[in-house]
Amino acid sequence: MIATSIPPRAGVGLKLEHYAAIVAERPDIGWFEVHPENYMGAGGPPHHMLSRIRRDYPLSLHGVGLSIGSAGPLDRDHLARIAALVSRYEPGLFSEHLAWSSHETAYLNDLLPLPYTAETLSLVVSHVDEVQEALDARICIENPSTYVRFADDEMSEIDFLASLARRTGCGLLLDVNNVCVSAANHGFDPNTYVDGFPVEHVGEIHLAGHARLPADDPAAPLLVDTHDRAVHAEVWALYERFVKRAGARPTLVEWDNDIPAWSVLFGEAQAAESILDGC
Amino acid sequence: MDADALQRAFARALTDHDAALPPGLVGSPARFNVHRNNIAASLTAVLASRYPVIRRLVGDDFFRAAAGDFIARHPPQSPALMAFGGAFGAFLTALEPAASLPYLPDIARLEWARHAAYHAADAEPADLSIMADLDPDRLPLLRLTLHPSAAIIGSPFPILSIWRTNSFDAAVIPIALDAGGETVLVVRPHLDVVTAIMPDGSDEFIAALAAGASLGEAAQAAAAHTAAFDLTAALAELFRRQAFAAIIPSAI
Repeated sequence: MIATSIPPRAGVGLKLEHYAAIVAERPDIGWFEVHPENYMGAGGPPHHMLSRIRRDYPLSLHGVGLSIGSAGPLDRDHLARIAALVSRYEPGLFSEHLAWSSHETAYLNDLLPLPYTAETLSLVVSHVDEVQEALDARICIENPSTYVRFADDEMSEIDFLASLARRTGCGLLLDVNNVCVSAANHGFDPNTYVDGFPVEHVGEIHLAGHARLPADDPAAPLLVDTHDRAVHAEVWALYERFVKRAGARPTLVEWDNDIPAWSVLFGEAQAAESILDGC
Repeated sequence: MDADALQRAFARALTDHDAALPPGLVGSPARFNVHRNNIAASLTAVLASRYPVIRRLVGDDFFRAAAGDFIARHPPQSPALMAFGGAFGAFLTALEPAASLPYLPDIARLEWARHAAYHAADAEPADLSIMADLDPDRLPLLRLTLHPSAAIIGSPFPILSIWRTNSFDAAVIPIALDAGGETVLVVRPHLDVVTAIMPDGSDEFIAALAAGASLGEAAQAAAAHTAAFDLTAALAELFRRQAFAAIIPSAI
């Protein structure tokens, strides 16, 4: 049962490397988010630390392994593990990705893209329905970073997500960095995307850093969603543009690789919070 | 092409780099490679975090190449990646360049036991005060329940000495391989994983206890295997390391 809600403030992805600093400093931060997949051991320090953090802060669970976009059935064992964590930690929110990561018995450990068709929409609708029923809660689904797309697309990503939200009652997680990455990779205007995003469904916003790779085509850069550096200026500008229209929403800074000192990550959250305060 | 056929072709192209890209894809091979790289890099990082000493022993390049082969042949079966990589030690051992390091599989077992202990179920270690009131004649009938995190690894090589110098010393101290084997206890009574050298034969002793034998039966099993098994020393170390979750006197 989702027992509480996430405040419309800035939070960060919780890293165990920062645990000691957070417990010592008790920073004024709105909330924390974790990947439930990292807390699927029976016991040990991860649960000890997360329980301690949960006593003082709201928590969101952000799944990376449910494979909502799989053509096959959902992994019921995995859903049961998530439900167990939801009842143990009573998070304010559970979110997942518009992506797939499992095929038959293999888990591919990446967020893989879907064509946007009537067939895939009904697959994703039935999986979101199943998750919401199992967790007895409204969940949020995140727009992906994509590198390739599909010739059989029948609708835009935004139309796909808006239909998903209408048909299942789920919320949406707008990842502004993903918009920036996909827009550069596919040559669309990120402002148009953010302006067209169905604001009434947005329950959470993500911010993160990305890498620019030497691209195969100099006219079309290749951006990769790496979560290994500070949020780029272009992403901050898109974020400000969105929250000016939407109003304050829970906003998370993700930094999962090359993890910086706590003060650096906290500084990113404070930068997000000052944009929220100004909207 | 329906979603199932598309995902099958996509998954095959991710794992088999010679396979054709899935039909209907818009984007160059370099863009598809982002997914191949994400999978290889993230799972290699998972293995490196579980096997830091193996990585130091075999070197970065060999480790990365071996991890790539392992991921292709034994992809994770579950998004709960805690279980991923248990077979990596055995896989590594079968590779030709690893044959000159005969202790690798036992080091891998030690590193995996430390990973498993870190995530094992929590339990309060047994209260030893119960021992003070026991009738010494009934000691052999005691049942000792191992802590859920406890594991023991016996090796003909000095594996804990090798593990320690490769974990903590900036310049690795040479360890004589003929210095004799080490039997190593791994346990996490509270938050920290502890490793300790145990008397020879302790692996048989602990295996018997884990299978439900009484203290007396387990001591006999260990002595049958290792004539010089020192029960008193083994028990003292197991108590000191808080390796039991319960001590159950015999019913009568």
